[in-house]
Amino acid sequence: MTEYTEHLIKAPRRDATDKARYVWLVIVPLIAILSQVYIPRFVSFLAYLELPLLVTVHYALSRGGPISALLYGMAIGLAQDSLSHQPIGMFGIVKTLVGYFAATVSVRFEVENPVVTFILSFFFYFFHQFFYWVLARALLGEAITFDAQQTLMFGLLNAAVALPLFRVLDKLKVAQ
Amino acid sequence: MDFFLSRYRSLTVLLIVIATQLLLIAYQVKTNKDVPLIRVWAVTTVTPAEQGLELVRRYTWGFVEDYFVLLGVRSENEKLKHENGTLKIENHYLKSELSTADRAQALSVFKAQSPSTTVAARVIGNGTGANSKVVFVDRGSASGVESGMAVVTPDGIVGKVVDAYPTASLVMLITDPTFAAGVVSQKNRVHGTLKGQGHSEPLVDYVQNEEPVDIGEWFYTSGDDRIFPKGFPVGQVRAARNGKTFKEIYISPSGMQGGVEEVLIVLEGVHQEIPEGVIASPGYKILAPPTVSSSDSQAAAGTTAAQATDADRLRQIYKQAGASQNHVFGEGTPGSKPPDFTKIPNLRGGAAPAGSANPAVPGQPGVASNSPAGPGGAAAPKPAAPAVPPPNSAPNKSTAGNSAVSAKSPAPAAPGQVAPASVPRPKPQAGTPIADPGPADGNPPSETTSAPAPKADRAAPSVPLNAGPSVPRVQTPASQQ
Repeated sequence: MTEYTEHLIKAPRRDATDKARYVWLVIVPLIAILSQVYIPRFVSFLAYLELPLLVTVHYALSRGGPISALLYGMAIGLAQDSLSHQPIGMFGIVKTLVGYFAATVSVRFEVENPVVTFILSFFFYFFHQFFYWVLARALLGEAITFDAQQTLMFGLLNAAVALPLFRVLDKLKVAQ
Repeated sequence: MDFFLSRYRSLTVLLIVIATQLLLIAYQVKTNKDVPLIRVWAVTTVTPAEQGLELVRRYTWGFVEDYFVLLGVRSENEKLKHENGTLKIENHYLKSELSTADRAQALSVFKAQSPSTTVAARVIGNGTGANSKVVFVDRGSASGVESGMAVVTPDGIVGKVVDAYPTASLVMLITDPTFAAGVVSQKNRVHGTLKGQGHSEPLVDYVQNEEPVDIGEWFYTSGDDRIFPKGFPVGQVRAARNGKTFKEIYISPSGMQGGVEEVLIVLEGVHQEIPEGVIASPGYKILAPPTVSSSDSQAAAGTTAAQATDADRLRQIYKQAGASQNHVFGEGTPGSKPPDFTKIPNLRGGAAPAGSANPAVPGQPGVASNSPAGPGGAAAPKPAAPAVPPPNSAPNKSTAGNSAVSAKSPAPAAPGQVAPASVPRPKPQAGTPIADPGPADGNPPSETTSAPAPKADRAAPSVPLNAGPSVPRVQTPASQQ
């Protein structure tokens, strides 16, 4: 069997794998956004659970590419903006930055470590909330307050949720 | 430039993306316009999934919720069933308590009004024996109960105590075959012996066939048995027929209507009078007597209690006639001349006495207020309107022709004249309580002749008519009304 023949045999399987990977790249953030807009109807405090952010961080940490991560974050952010009453681009900018920085630091840290995952998740949640507050005040002029204590507490919550969520997403990636 | 882009490609892309989004935000803020295209895409993508999620939730979570709700409904249904049963039992209990309270109130009222000393008791059990009609009550010798005491209810007699124990007593009901008590009928005063028959209707025995007993007539205790005080109601006659030797009179006992639950044991009995008139059946409410109107009260002002009936007034007329002739009733010897009653005016009611221009004028004392003159002046005197003429008043000429007593009648006899031995009794005529003037020889009726019994007026109890002083009416005990 020549190398060319071997390439022909393996090529369709790779296309199917890539197609499944792209589907999951769409479905997972969709589920995350859907959960964010749907679950708080029944459990109000879960509105602080930023599943789209966690999906962005996971994508940036696991995929490694800063450009794809920032684009991925931008897409998720814009989708969030589309379902909010804010001007489109607020969450887009924040998640773009989160994707970019998460992909940047993933090169320097062992992201498979749960502790690192926890710390990075906590940090990016805090960064996300803080930067959103800055943008809201700077660009929109909204006089909203930043509750650092509450943000830290919910940062811990999101980091705690990120650990099992990242495991599930890793298994999905391995399955692909 | 190319070097910068290739070396800092990701940073360049980041800046471009950030700048683009900043421009987008600036545009939206500056123009206050939205970017509907992006929103439509997002909403169109998300909302169907959201609807599906809601649909799934509704049918899954709703089903689970309904399941648990139904579980709750089932347990609640069982709880309500249990509560309903409890309430039913409580309702029956309260009804029973209410009935008991009514009976207890009747007992207390009767106890307060009855002159006899009684003690209330409750039936706590029946005696043994198929034909035995005995019950146990919860009062015994410790409460002063002794054998032979009467047991009654406000409606009538129930039985008598046959054994008294410290805490309970054995009461023989009037339906027991060995029970006996002396009774008397209300209307005809027929005495008899009440005997239990083992069923619900005891028998009144030893009543002669000739004795009149009416259906529905009340029997009362006569007090002859020295157990039951006189005057307690026994029951009404349900059936009365002639027997071989005595009448067979069956009584519906009034004291045992609806069962016996609470009774009164008569510790010290006081005889009472047999009430007159028709008494209402137990359980029926009777209205108070109507109030006397002013005209009636004025008309009755000149009437004494002794003149309440036609017989009383007639007797008063004869007395006045005798007094006007100086005759003293009861002192004449046989054969002496009686008073001349033919000179009594207005005997037929048609002749008004002198000084009474209009006998039917209401409001005048001694004048009938409600007795219109009939055709020809034959007015029937009414009980409440005694037309007592003056002793020497002349009859009204206009009505003298219709009067049985006219001015042509013989002169009154002098005192001391011997009355005839045989005096015909005046024949009572329906609607006319006037005695026949007497034989043609002019002999008036003697003083021993009783006036015809007037029709009994239900409003005014009849008074026994005799020559002596009027008998005071027997007052019906309030408890037996």
